Amino acid sequence: MAEFLQFLISGLTVGAVYALVALGFTLIYNASGVVNFAQGEFVMLGGMVTVFASAAGVPLVLAAFIAVVVAVVIGLLLHRLAIEPARGASAVTLIIITIGASILFRGIAAIIFDKQFHKLPGFTGETPIDILGAAVQPQSFWVLGGAAVVVVALYVFLEHTLLGKAVLATAANRLAARLVGINTTTIMALAFGGSAAIGAIAGILVTPITLTSYDVGTLLALKGFAAAMLGGMGNPVGAVVGGLLLGLLEAFGAGYLSSTYKDAFAFLVILIVLFVAPQGLFGRRVVERV
Amino acid sequence: MLEVENLRSAYGRIEVLKGVSLEVHAGEVVALVGANGAGKTTLLRALSGVQPMTGGEIRFKGQRIDRLAPHQRVELGITQSPEGRQVFGPLTVEDNLRLGAYRRRDKEIEQDRDRVFAMFPILAEKRHLLAGGLSGGQQQMLAIGRALMGRPKLLLLDEPSLGLSPLLVDQILDAIVSLRKDGITVLLVEQNASAALAIADRGYVLETGKVAYSGTGSSLLADPQVKAAYLGIE
Ligand SMILES: Nc1ncnc2c1ncn2[C@@H]1O[C@H](COP(=O)(O)OP(=O)(O)O)[C@@H](O)[C@H]1O
Ligand SMILES: [Mg+2]
Repeated sequence: MAEFLQFLISGLTVGAVYALVALGFTLIYNASGVVNFAQGEFVMLGGMVTVFASAAGVPLVLAAFIAVVVAVVIGLLLHRLAIEPARGASAVTLIIITIGASILFRGIAAIIFDKQFHKLPGFTGETPIDILGAAVQPQSFWVLGGAAVVVVALYVFLEHTLLGKAVLATAANRLAARLVGINTTTIMALAFGGSAAIGAIAGILVTPITLTSYDVGTLLALKGFAAAMLGGMGNPVGAVVGGLLLGLLEAFGAGYLSSTYKDAFAFLVILIVLFVAPQGLFGRRVVERV
Repeated sequence: MLEVENLRSAYGRIEVLKGVSLEVHAGEVVALVGANGAGKTTLLRALSGVQPMTGGEIRFKGQRIDRLAPHQRVELGITQSPEGRQVFGPLTVEDNLRLGAYRRRDKEIEQDRDRVFAMFPILAEKRHLLAGGLSGGQQQMLAIGRALMGRPKLLLLDEPSLGLSPLLVDQILDAIVSLRKDGITVLLVEQNASAALAIADRGYVLETGKVAYSGTGSSLLADPQVKAAYLGIE
């Protein structure tokens, strides 16, 4: 029981991070049709900028804020300088552009920061809390709570503000969105900025648990992509569920089977989804009737 | 109100509009008819700024607008109900209408929405349902309603009767006639040429990217060549 609970909580914790990365994918995919493989680098930036800023004496909260701002600026630049000029290019071209951007960001991070692993202190200490025999890091609650806040905020934004509905409208029908006067370029910029912020927040929350370095983004992007595929690319609810499921799969797989192959589960999920149900668990949000 | 001069547009290297010139005066309903593939949709999209032009000019109330972004043209009062309806499927009827007024900052948006509901009562009934679940005819009404929510001075309608039952076609045409009474200028694209020309003040016949005939609605309806080519009557 205690063991099960341990795996459950650690699975949900990593799963929450995957869910945030998957949400980043979803937001950009919806607004622009681009699968942004530089999504993991936003997570890396969140962790690394916070680490280096707080090492320079900046208080943690301010350091985290700076990290989010840096990620947002990079996200906007990515859109403005790399995606927007390629408007109208094929999906494959755009994906290759984002992969190129991710390699670039990693390279620059290796130079500006370093190639070491870095840690942040837990936000509220590091003494494990005993829950029915399972030893839980207090930071786990920060990750879960933080992810929940982000998800709720995004939901409220999309469903209850005009700008959010403009994002949904752009995702549903770009031509019609332009015809009603939605500036879809602005919406895309918003999506890149928002995704970058979400990624950075994930990075800040999880760094006290998993450490960070210049190249953590690659694997995280892959996991987030697997989660988004599992939930159904383009579906925000699917992204969250897919992320949590993947996290649980990894935690229980590593716990009961073998931890050696922990990272293989994401690949396995991608392959199975592609072969069995390419539309994912929840399919696309669009219910267009033609 | 709208002057189009020598407008050219192409998909890749294939020129689809080969120098189209036409005018729409304030308060008119102007019909633009022509065979499938003549370039009617391309022309309307170019007017809204979502289809690039390769040449020519568009003036609206005397002002050049061909360099303006689509949202700026909406702000000037040009809105469009596109071919194939193109409603926002995953959003509710009400949200679709609200987004039609996306550029507006005035306080009369709800009032205008109620007018759309009065015009198409079925939309009021289904206001909380997703647009994607509506029937084709209901989606068409929604697309027109959404375009009206932008408070157009010039309304562009692309095949509003496409795929609808004759009864619904009549309802839509009646609605268009009532718009003229409200002082909205309409450029109506139709393949159903006789119905469109019958309600129009003037009309243009587009043939492979060029205006082939123009005149008052009734003169076009009476023209033997137009009749033979487009109206399916001898
Ligand atoms: N997206 C597109 N790419 C390439 N050619 C197109 C595209 N859309 C339309 N066309 C071509 O442009 C011509 C005019 O099309 P369109 O403007 O839709 O005509 P209409 O609305 O009068 O039926 C047609 O020959 C059509 O095949
Ligand atoms: Mg057409």
